[in-house]
Amino acid sequence: MPILLCRVDDRLIHGQVVVGWGAQSGLDYIAVVDDELAQSEWEQDLYRAGLSESVEGRFLSVAEALEAIPNWAQNAERGFILTRDIATMCQLAEHAILADIEINLGGLHDAPGRHRVLPYLFLSANDRRELERLRRLHPRVTAQDVPSARKVKLDELLESRSG
Amino acid sequence: MSDEILGILVGHGKLAEGLLDAVEGITGSREGLVPVDNEDLTPEALEARLLEMVGSRPAVVFVDLPSGSCAFAARRLRARHPGIAVVCGVNLPLLLDFTFHRTLPIEEILERLRDRVGVSIEYSTDADSSVPGR
Repeated sequence: MPILLCRVDDRLIHGQVVVGWGAQSGLDYIAVVDDELAQSEWEQDLYRAGLSESVEGRFLSVAEALEAIPNWAQNAERGFILTRDIATMCQLAEHAILADIEINLGGLHDAPGRHRVLPYLFLSANDRRELERLRRLHPRVTAQDVPSARKVKLDELLESRSG
Repeated sequence: MSDEILGILVGHGKLAEGLLDAVEGITGSREGLVPVDNEDLTPEALEARLLEMVGSRPAVVFVDLPSGSCAFAARRLRARHPGIAVVCGVNLPLLLDFTFHRTLPIEEILERLRDRVGVSIEYSTDADSSVPGR
């Protein structure tokens, strides 16, 4: 499976992704799907500065991703797909381009209106609605910040009111 | 005090506090160094916290991982605020050197840090028979 990880994480490219998930994966690329970041070259340069030379940083709008991801899934390159929020992942899922890839909820941090569900996952009422929507679009969704952590099923997550 | 460069230490877990504790243990002071950890913070909140600390002063932001969220927040700040330097791969010798020279102009401080950023690796397959045992 060339797309190894499909993750919602508001920190996007960062230590857990690059080192925790990426170090043992033989990664060729990390793709960030984000309309705003896809328009901001200076921010893309900041993220690329944190990647090793062997890992390509790709930054795509949702529209670009909808065209590119089905092709990536067919070739031999190994990569991660990241979005900073659940809504963007829903946009990918509703076009059914993620096939049977499991969606990983890796990090949504504290912000006004959000409540702690897991140490790395804080959800607002809107986040919960988006997760319900994501579940309807894509049945395989779990939370897990790093590979060694317990994988938490979405049902368990949505039943929990606080961590 | 106003001429001294501020050092901000941003790390994963308790690294920042732990390194500052070590600096204090060696020098007797942690003056001019401020720890920040990234626990629970969104990227926006981490960046806002850094900006609040820096204010309008020249500062060196020390971070651990070049690919970490702390480094990205510091780089975003540096891109928009002249006078801020980002040093990735912080270690105790770097921090100690900074502590003792933070009255220098920031360019001179950075030149010193560049010379000291490497690590030392010592290894041998043979015992040195000239070294007496205890």
